[in-house]
Amino acid sequence: MQLDAKVPSGPIEKKWDEHRFDLKLVNPANKRKYTVIVVGTGLAGGSAAASLAELGYEVENFCFQDSPRRAHSIAAQGGINAAKNYPNDGDSIWRLFYDTVKGGDFRAREANVHRLAQISVNIIDQCVAQGVPFAREYGGTLANRSFGGAQVSRTFYARGQTGQQLLLGAYQALERQIGLGQVRMHPRTEMLDLILVDGRARGIVTRDLVTGKVECHVADAVVLGTGGYGNTFFLSTNAKGSNCTAIWRAYKRGAAFANPCYTQIHPTCIPVSGDYQSKLTLMSESLRNDGRIWVPSKKEDTRPLDRIPDAERDYYLERRYPSFGNLVPRDVASRNAKAVCDEGRGVGPGGLGVYLDFADAIKRLGVGVVRERYGNLFDMYERITGEDPYRVPMRIYPAIHYTMGGLWVDYDLMSTIPGLYVIGEANFSDHGANRLGASALMQGLADGYFVLPYTIGNYLATTKFEKVDAGHAELRKVEGEVRERTKKLVESRGKRSADSIHRELGKLMWDKCGMARNAAGLGEALAKIPEIRERFHREVTVTGSGEEWNRELEKAGRLADHLELAELICTDALERNESCGGHFREEHQTPEGEALRNDQDFCHVSAWEYTGPGNKPVMHKEPLTFEHVHLTQRSYK
Amino acid sequence: MRITLHVWRQKNAKEAGSFVRYDVPDVSEHMSFLEMLDVVNEGLIAKGQDPIAFDHDCREGICGMCGFMINGAAHGPLRGTTVCQLHMRKFSDGDELWLEPWRAKAFPVLRDLAVDRSALDRIIAAGGFISVPTGSAPEANALPVPKEKAELSMDAAACIGCGACVAACPNASASLFTAAKVTHLGLLPQGQPERSRRAIAMVAAMNENGFGHCTNLAECEAACPKAISIETIARMNRDFFAASFSSRD
Ligand SMILES: Cc1cc2nc3c(=O)[nH]c(=O)nc-3n(C[C@H](O)[C@H](O)[C@H](O)COP(=O)(O)OP(=O)(O)OC[C@H]3O[C@@H](n4cnc5c(N)ncnc54)[C@H](O)[C@@H]3O)c2cc1C
Ligand code: FES
Repeated sequence: MQLDAKVPSGPIEKKWDEHRFDLKLVNPANKRKYTVIVVGTGLAGGSAAASLAELGYEVENFCFQDSPRRAHSIAAQGGINAAKNYPNDGDSIWRLFYDTVKGGDFRAREANVHRLAQISVNIIDQCVAQGVPFAREYGGTLANRSFGGAQVSRTFYARGQTGQQLLLGAYQALERQIGLGQVRMHPRTEMLDLILVDGRARGIVTRDLVTGKVECHVADAVVLGTGGYGNTFFLSTNAKGSNCTAIWRAYKRGAAFANPCYTQIHPTCIPVSGDYQSKLTLMSESLRNDGRIWVPSKKEDTRPLDRIPDAERDYYLERRYPSFGNLVPRDVASRNAKAVCDEGRGVGPGGLGVYLDFADAIKRLGVGVVRERYGNLFDMYERITGEDPYRVPMRIYPAIHYTMGGLWVDYDLMSTIPGLYVIGEANFSDHGANRLGASALMQGLADGYFVLPYTIGNYLATTKFEKVDAGHAELRKVEGEVRERTKKLVESRGKRSADSIHRELGKLMWDKCGMARNAAGLGEALAKIPEIRERFHREVTVTGSGEEWNRELEKAGRLADHLELAELICTDALERNESCGGHFREEHQTPEGEALRNDQDFCHVSAWEYTGPGNKPVMHKEPLTFEHVHLTQRSYK
Repeated sequence: MRITLHVWRQKNAKEAGSFVRYDVPDVSEHMSFLEMLDVVNEGLIAKGQDPIAFDHDCREGICGMCGFMINGAAHGPLRGTTVCQLHMRKFSDGDELWLEPWRAKAFPVLRDLAVDRSALDRIIAAGGFISVPTGSAPEANALPVPKEKAELSMDAAACIGCGACVAACPNASASLFTAAKVTHLGLLPQGQPERSRRAIAMVAAMNENGFGHCTNLAECEAACPKAISIETIARMNRDFFAASFSSRD
């Protein structure tokens, strides 16, 4: 396998423009002769499908939900970054670029990040024109706020529902194309495999989740915008259906998987309440703008809150990071929460929680202002926990939230399989080892609206396509393999539900490959995962048949893939013998307990190649060079 | 606490359905309603029986995928809350609950508590958008929007498309859903060029897809988990009549 990132030459601020000029164009009259499969209808997939259809390509679009509007992008709360510099506070494309490279702890490709920062401004224009009701100032201009540790206000938002509104914008553009017949939408349809013909991605195999029908779809190129794989950990802020199947199947067909161990843990989620827990709910990071995080100074302090005087409260982020305080980046905030809980100073059931306290904010700003800023989040917290955060501090704890790793792509967003493009959270591209708040929405829409529609044209214009009809041997072969796998799962008549085994996997991953990792723990996980996998195949039960609505079959199929990916995540985490961003190896920390990178040996992307069942995957390195943002230790002191 | 459920079980769109009783002991007050159903399903799976089918995804009250009737109320008894955000502390020991799918001609039952809501997507496809192809947008601040309008527009845009309004309406009308989109876009300057066309096309699509007419019963507003106001329906009607009038000119 050859990794060629195909980063264009020339000065960084001109790369994208010059590259766009160099890309071959498809003649407008010929566009309708090309069919593109887009899997996913989130910010990435939805925006790509709509934009490709507007250009005139025939688009086949898939999602597992009942409507494209329900992709998990809908749940993003906080906002989307863009280097508009409307507040005149010193932001610029260069600063957004710089912050993103640094925030990613120098593990992203500079050229990609710079392009992302450039495109960010076009995204806001596009979304506003679509009718996304962003927050406004009284003069009618767009409002901004500072988010997730940024020192400028560059985040655009629509109350606490930014993801929803951006997604509805893309969805409406998509529905328009569906109405025009340019996109054929396949909801409640799951991609189960990728079809290659002559080494090129030429189609997918899907299962209709209502009827169980398995079929092949052929196209000239395939785009995956299938989201992240955080659900490998079972409990996460992802939706219940979020899964790794599409990218995992592509990996097994030859797409390199980059940096699987880079997972992001979000510091402000509602803690687990019991063993029936089905998911974790995020409380937007914007809460850290006004809430103060603390735990009692004394261990196992069981006094009622109002009996703990201020002097005996440890506002540990403010203490340790005086200049950033409660706004340190996510990985730093999460690790510190774990540290104080490990010391026995955690609060709430099981001691796995820290306070996020609004008492001072309410004193300073009044209840009215706090309600205006965070009302819907406070309501949500109250609904879930039964506690009123206007009167008692919230309890929060970190949870798996986002996966920076994903399929490896070059500058054109093409994977190592020609004709297979990967966009949004499903690829690995722009966030390095740690994603900054409000940057995933930006990346998903940059990929879908403004990068892929150009780069895929170049591929289509320069490739000669063999005709692939429904009887093609490769189609029949891959479809047969899917049927075989499905049949095996349907015949499973063990004693355990897929969920119960998934919980077991999740707990192992969280304990050994979560916020802090070490060689011994990863070794243990690598010994246990194959064991759980083996038990899964023996003990899982799938009720019902394959020819009907069958959620247990869906869950078992997804879990089978998570069980394999989990091993790759741990393998990568063990191999990356340094700490960087969200990947914290306990062996590598500064005396103050901060992540210690090793640029000498690990300034590269680790891209894993599948080498067959039972074989150890092979790692390829894409070296990273930093010409513009100098490699420095991150410091938020 | 102990809860008794009577759940509508129906294998697929063709077969007839009926209520089946389940006794659920040991329900924790901290569970969400769907987590309580997960526990029931674990029990069924252990016995080799088909679990209860229901739609859900985000479990955060935002994707709009979940929804069924609890004792005749869409999303259950708590106002402004989807069923995934409803927690068992809102119920009492010994409660008897009847769970049914959304009932509407336009929403055929697929299995148990899950229905086909694709008719709602077809209403959007008919006109619930602003036609602005990627790349053709002007600079974002070129078009100021008064804060009050942006806020009102956002109130309507908060619709999650769950279909509770249809299920709650004795006429199974999709007026609140449709009006929310007409209002969201119609309040913004960007939405003006297509305002008339949009109202006409979306109302027509609503009728074609088997939804009933609005007779101002306001049950939809009470059931809406996002508290969308029926004032949006008045707004849609104004746009619709104004447009029908001018199109006859
Ligand atoms: C609770 C929460 C809050 C967040 N808040 C923010 C924020 O404030 N700002 C920010 O920038 N980022 C935020 N993020 C991150 C951001 O929302 C996501 O990274 C981003 O939306 C992912 O978009 P996507 O299009 O890549 O994937 P998704 O939106 O997850 O879409 C995936 C799509 O793929 C489809 N799919 C998946 N697998 C298959 C398959 N096998 N077959 C067929 N279809 C399939 C799904 O149906 C869906 O349509 C948040 C994330 C979460 C979970
Ligand atoms: S599951 Fe998403 S709104 Fe209830």
